Amino acid sequence: WGRAVVFFEVEILDAKTKDKLCFLDKVRPPPRVYPQWYPARQSIRLDPKGKSLKDEDVLQQLPVGTTATFYFRDLGAQISWVTVFLTEYTGPLIIYLLFYFRVPFIYAPKYDFTTSKHWVVHLACMCHSFHYVKRLLETLFVHRFSHGTMPLRNIFKNCTYYWGFAAWMAYYINHPLYTPPMYGEQQVTIALMIFLFCQIGNFSIHIALRNLRPPGSKTRKIPYPTKNPFTWVFLLVSCPNYTYELGSWLGFTMMTQCLPVAFFTFVGFVQMTVWAKGKHRSYLKEFRDYPTLRSPILPFIL
Amino acid sequence: MASGEEDGSLDEKENNNKKRIRSALATAWLTFYNITMTAGWLVLAVAMAKFYIQRGTHKGLYRNISKTLKFFQTFALLEVVHCAVGLVRTSVIVTGVQVSSRIFMVWFVTNSIRQIQNEESVVLFLVVWTVTEITRYSFYTFSLINHLPYFIKWARYNMFIVMYPLGVIGELMTIYSALPYVQRSGMFSLRLPNKYNVSFDYYIFLIIIMLSYIPLFPQLYFHMLRQRRRVLHGEVIVEKDD
Repeated sequence: WGRAVVFFEVEILDAKTKDKLCFLDKVRPPPRVYPQWYPARQSIRLDPKGKSLKDEDVLQQLPVGTTATFYFRDLGAQISWVTVFLTEYTGPLIIYLLFYFRVPFIYAPKYDFTTSKHWVVHLACMCHSFHYVKRLLETLFVHRFSHGTMPLRNIFKNCTYYWGFAAWMAYYINHPLYTPPMYGEQQVTIALMIFLFCQIGNFSIHIALRNLRPPGSKTRKIPYPTKNPFTWVFLLVSCPNYTYELGSWLGFTMMTQCLPVAFFTFVGFVQMTVWAKGKHRSYLKEFRDYPTLRSPILPFIL
Repeated sequence: MASGEEDGSLDEKENNNKKRIRSALATAWLTFYNITMTAGWLVLAVAMAKFYIQRGTHKGLYRNISKTLKFFQTFALLEVVHCAVGLVRTSVIVTGVQVSSRIFMVWFVTNSIRQIQNEESVVLFLVVWTVTEITRYSFYTFSLINHLPYFIKWARYNMFIVMYPLGVIGELMTIYSALPYVQRSGMFSLRLPNKYNVSFDYYIFLIIIMLSYIPLFPQLYFHMLRQRRRVLHGEVIVEKDD
């Protein structure tokens, strides 16, 4: 009356050289198969409440004996970072243009497809569009992501934030009753300088960070100033990309003199400060020799 | 080495003493606060009852008690501070939302729009608030002195079942009756063009507030129901995993 139990032997070979990398015998067949739990949503850990093991971790280097127990956790539906970034940045680009071109049903019908008589409105559209095109190109060609994926619900949260604010700002800037900045051309020119300076700065930091990490790797190193003067701010700040981003939006606020833009800048600043503090903390934890002069996002202040 | 250890334990004793003094002060302050609030809302209850018995009508009742109401309801802002500094172990956000909605109803609806002050719905939510707050604050007071009569615990965790929905009806009806006056007067609103390049329509804002009751009220209501089950029946409720 004994039931025969079928065991499996599993061989893992190197895909190119066909060398035997691993051999597992007495593998019991799983009671159920879970095809929906693709690798990106698997969290494997040594302790049920502990941190997830990384893809790069090697079995022999883990603190386990000859029998190892791993715990599985489903991280939920995942979506790639690249997909999220592309979606959340394309929205504002298109939405702003809809308002700029005064597409029907937004403003009163007599304004449909008209253009603003204020040159600062045209300038603002160029800056806003440039900003998001830059972000899209950076996502495709510059950034090297540590994680492949994030939880699916993030895309709804993020898109609501970016698309919602873009619509709110664009509505007022492109409104037929828009009021140009109080100090006219002076104000707009200075604002434009600040905006461009910070855009270049932000891009320089992204390039510098990319060059820290060889392609396909996930190494983490301390970023340092390079020959590019825009990166010298690394002497005082851990996350100068956020510093420059804040600067860009302050410039845009000054250029458009629009309260919703100021509000968007503020909310973004709060979020980036949270991220910068977290990044700063993990730098300090990981590197003993981390420069002590640096602040997370604002030199000496924050 | 030995003297080092001695200094260490001396610091510890000082720290423990400081903590004990701090927690005694905290309890004293909270007790004082909750007694004061209980008394305040009792005064309001008596004033409202007296007005109705003497005049036989609710017309003019709001104006009669409005100063007292504004004082004690605004004072409740302290409860947000209590949560923020850790004096009270409740979520700052939940308390913030509850106190804000009260402040909003008092200052930005009832007090600002005179034409609706004699509506029945105003009396409805005033009565509900009074009953709820007297129960709540006396519950806190007695809990703090560790002498909680069962009937107060019972009241705190059962009256809300009826009071909450009644209060919501009173508040929503009041806001709804205020809408035509808000639209006509354009109060609290900012129109284009202006130098901030922003606009705000209080009428639309009130409509959005009314709609927000739809997701918010069930959440608060079910939160209280869960508390009730835990406190009265000792059930362990497992909250959603994060």
